[in-house]
Amino acid sequence: MSATAAMVERPPPRTRGWPRPRIVGYALVCLWIAFGLGIVGYLVFAWNPAFFAKYAPAYLRGLGVTLSLVAISMVLGAVLSMPVAYGRMSRNRILSGLAYCYVYFFRGTPLLVQTFLVYYGLGSFRPELQMIGLWDFFKDAFNCGVFAFALNTAAYQAEILRGAIESVHRGQWEGAASLGLHKLQTLRKIILPQALIVALRPYGNELILMVKASAIVAIITVYDLMGNAKLAFANSFDIQAYIWVALVYLVMVELLRHAIEWIERRITIHLKR
Amino acid sequence: MRIALRIALAASAALLTLGVAQAQEKTLRIGTEGAYPPFNNLTSDGKLVGFDIDIAQALCDQMKVKCTFVAQDWDGIIPALQAGKFDAIVASMSITPERKEKVDFTHKYYNTPSALAVPKDSTLKGVTKADLAGKTIGVATTTTHFNYASKTYTDSTVKGYPSSPEEQADLANGRLDAIEDDIVVLQQWLDSPDGACCKILGQPSPQPVEIFGPGAGIAVRKGETDLVNKLNEAIDAIRANGKYKEINDKYFKFDVFGAES
Repeated sequence: MSATAAMVERPPPRTRGWPRPRIVGYALVCLWIAFGLGIVGYLVFAWNPAFFAKYAPAYLRGLGVTLSLVAISMVLGAVLSMPVAYGRMSRNRILSGLAYCYVYFFRGTPLLVQTFLVYYGLGSFRPELQMIGLWDFFKDAFNCGVFAFALNTAAYQAEILRGAIESVHRGQWEGAASLGLHKLQTLRKIILPQALIVALRPYGNELILMVKASAIVAIITVYDLMGNAKLAFANSFDIQAYIWVALVYLVMVELLRHAIEWIERRITIHLKR
Repeated sequence: MRIALRIALAASAALLTLGVAQAQEKTLRIGTEGAYPPFNNLTSDGKLVGFDIDIAQALCDQMKVKCTFVAQDWDGIIPALQAGKFDAIVASMSITPERKEKVDFTHKYYNTPSALAVPKDSTLKGVTKADLAGKTIGVATTTTHFNYASKTYTDSTVKGYPSSPEEQADLANGRLDAIEDDIVVLQQWLDSPDGACCKILGQPSPQPVEIFGPGAGIAVRKGETDLVNKLNEAIDAIRANGKYKEINDKYFKFDVFGAES
């Protein structure tokens, strides 16, 4: 007992004086603080109540569009990711091949390209789409955005899901089988609860990436947060338009990060000692 | 001692003349968009061509300065000028009060009206606010056409595009009921195979000068009065010596300069 305690590695004692790394460290921190103060100072200096009064409602509307776009895409992507993850883990060559190609394409090409392919690419197949009654859906830029984003995030979420399920030890499957549980029951009651703990962080990252990537839809004429910022900039030529939008994204990401940490603390209580 | 002084003087005089010579040969960097044919366009091999480019080149020849061209996205063209990426914008930029707060302008070098285009089978009859109520109109943002459309067609949905080709694509595939743009730009597109779907509906009237400005001018950074004066003289000179007409006739069937100011 005491032997193991003695084995614990302790951090080295704090060095005294001003060794070079410490000087460099302080200098860098000062630089960052100065940079931050500069931005705050600029915002105070450039604070323009007229700008705020004129564009704040538009920013709020845009925020609503961004949030609903991300929420819908994430949920649709989660639903779609299940069959894809199943395909990736399947022993059936054709199924796993198809799922592999899907994931390969959507992870290997930029989201911007995928969004353009959906919006302008499908736009040029209008007669065919009208024939099968899908044009009304793809006519709308928001729908095109959701479609591209859901397909994209489904590929990432499928890989997260697959990785998490495969991280659960095989013994768990075997143990469940020996107790007479069939596969679906095992998955639902034994594997997934353990897998989702592993998956939480990557899911959180994916959500944060989606929030930031959603700014892409501004280019296909959706007035999301970024779209409204572009419009405000176009009308005012005031760089504030982009600083404010950056701050809003920053706050969103920070809130999400804390929410995910809170969830993680809650669901890992049984692992804490 | 005296000889040394003389040599030093001669050397500095030589340096000075060299400096002046260099200043005279200083290149003027010109920013343009490259997505607004026939005014400015990037060819498939990455060369800038068009009316704006030819005019700018003629002005540079007139002022006897060497010019280089830089292609820059329309949205960021004024910030890029302010950041010193180039010294003048020759990109069919309309002279407007909002822009005048950020940059200085020369006189106009052309002025063409705004117009609306619609699909050939469109049932639209006119270009008034009532005619277009409930319709979707596409316009490139950060343009006078956009400002006009969003102020005028308040009963319609006005969608903003990064540049003209995107709004044209969406009119062709039926996402839009109409687009508003410079009539010359629209006509050029309608004459191309891509524009076969569509036709000119008409020109909004009146076209208020508070929104559209007196025409397209050359923008420079604030306070560069010297450059503005030189450019103005050059514009007057190429108007007078026939160079402007030569370029004009290469692209257009009518004089795009508009009324003499």
